[in-house]
Amino acid sequence: MTQSLTVQNLTAHYGATKVLEDLSLSVGKGELVSLLGASGCGKTTTLRLIAGFLEPTSGSIRLGDKDLTRLPAYKRDIGLVFQNYALFPHLSVLDNVGFGLKQRGVAPADREKRAKAMLERVGLSQLADRLPGALSGGQKQRVALARALVIEPPLLMFDEPLSNLDAKLRVDMRVEIRQLQRANGTTSVYVTHDQEEAFSISDRVAIMNAGRIMQFDTPETLYQRPANAFVARFVGFENLIPMTVVARDGAVVTAEAAGGARLKLSQERFGEIADSFVLATRADGLAVSTDPKAEGIPAKLGLRTYLGRAYQYQADTAAGQLIANGSLSAPLEPGAQAKLVPMPDQCCVLKPE
Amino acid sequence: MMTSRINPLLILFAVLVYIFLMGPLIIVLGASVSDTTYLTFPPQGFSLRWFENIFAISAFKRTIITSLELAFLATGLALLVGIPAAYALNRYRIKLPTWLSTVFVLPILVPEIVLGFSLLKSVAVGMQTPIFLTLLVGHMLLVLPYCVRVVSASLASFDFSIEEAAVSLGSPPLKTFFTIVLPNVRSGVIAAFILAFITSINDVSTSLFLTGPGVSTLPIQILAHVEQFFDPTIASVSVLLMLLTVAVMAIVERTLGLTFLAK
Repeated sequence: MTQSLTVQNLTAHYGATKVLEDLSLSVGKGELVSLLGASGCGKTTTLRLIAGFLEPTSGSIRLGDKDLTRLPAYKRDIGLVFQNYALFPHLSVLDNVGFGLKQRGVAPADREKRAKAMLERVGLSQLADRLPGALSGGQKQRVALARALVIEPPLLMFDEPLSNLDAKLRVDMRVEIRQLQRANGTTSVYVTHDQEEAFSISDRVAIMNAGRIMQFDTPETLYQRPANAFVARFVGFENLIPMTVVARDGAVVTAEAAGGARLKLSQERFGEIADSFVLATRADGLAVSTDPKAEGIPAKLGLRTYLGRAYQYQADTAAGQLIANGSLSAPLEPGAQAKLVPMPDQCCVLKPE
Repeated sequence: MMTSRINPLLILFAVLVYIFLMGPLIIVLGASVSDTTYLTFPPQGFSLRWFENIFAISAFKRTIITSLELAFLATGLALLVGIPAAYALNRYRIKLPTWLSTVFVLPILVPEIVLGFSLLKSVAVGMQTPIFLTLLVGHMLLVLPYCVRVVSASLASFDFSIEEAAVSLGSPPLKTFFTIVLPNVRSGVIAAFILAFITSINDVSTSLFLTGPGVSTLPIQILAHVEQFFDPTIASVSVLLMLLTVAVMAIVERTLGLTFLAK
């Protein structure tokens, strides 16, 4: 029976080093939540704490109404899928899948039936008698998935499950994982450093940095409305422009960037705007204009690269180096003067760092 | 089809190496069947009476049994200590100081003769332990480094996330060790057993100090015999030891294949 997971105020240390700080996370029944971040951000530590391979300094972990915090790992009943598959090399594929059932005292005949049915679901029934060494990476990961799913765990966790596979297989496998997870309705925690992977299969994503969750939201919200500069950079907002409010007229705020470029922003769209803030845009959100009357940040264009759908410019401005995409119809040469015009519907207003 | 030419010098060199390796064994084998009362090669005549003579001399019979008992017990005990030690050293490698694994190799670095002498002074004389027990302690110390090193080597390539996978599936840690870890380092354990067993059976330097009235090992008995007699019995005993080693190797080859030793 699938359960919801509640992690509260989890703090953990490696020796004297604090690796997780006051981390709270809740995963609803049947939800797939990803922990996303660079290596060393604490995402794997969080997973290992939930699995019971590490002990937290403080905080609690609950699965449904069961308190896992001090329960030994082998009693937690969590299905795990590892980056390096971690199949038992000396057992056949069928025995690998049946291992968890055996620990639960399922009778051999029933065990074999259920393991075979699970292998059928991941499309590997013809390999049941092979040893793991004879399988390809993708097949191994399918066996690992079957092994974790067959015990019908209340919680399923993935630790970078696709990192060792090639790009094409990675995309196929993540679709497959998501389908199986949906079909079973198993609450899942998925650890990855790959943003595309996390966004594509998750209901919600927790972006982590230095042992903390920076933002925990749906992929859409994270991608379009990052809550802080770290997340903004993480999801690809190349331009973070510090601005100061110089005039307020009802809901409309006039703000100025370094070098005097002015911009009008509506508080109806961006919410309350503080006197000093950071305007974040992607390269696509900065239009390159050669119209001298355009209201934008004066820039001297540098290197131009071809993206296929646009030309991308490295631009020197009073607000620092910015990146902007210009139209394909009018390529500009390095050294040209232009205005970079932020497009409000592609901008975010963030607190200064 | 192309056939690669083999340099004749290379063949010559290989043959010389084989002669160098096999020569002494062939001489011992020849001497053991010589129908003379002194050691000689090439053998003169053919006789198995020196083999019979081994069993006629009660000291040989006794020491063969002692040596076998010692080798089995010392190796068994060393594995009992060495496997968990090797496991801990590898499992918690990051947490443990690096010098710790070196500690387990120290007995190899200390000359065996020093090991024997120290044990004589501190254990045999100092604690008045029975001779067999002292020998057992000595041999165990002697073979422990081999056990730890060889088992460590096979644990080094063991992926401990496999163990975690088993635990996550509901297998308690101790059970996991026996059902998951041990079967995957089996070849290392067997290799360690063979190495340790042969080291113990052949040891002279340490045993020399620790044997005493009534209790001796085969190599020490051989030494004692040579001091008094120069007949081919010694060669016969040596052949017997060789056969024992070959038998062990043959069993391993049959059950596992010797290639695993190279792993």
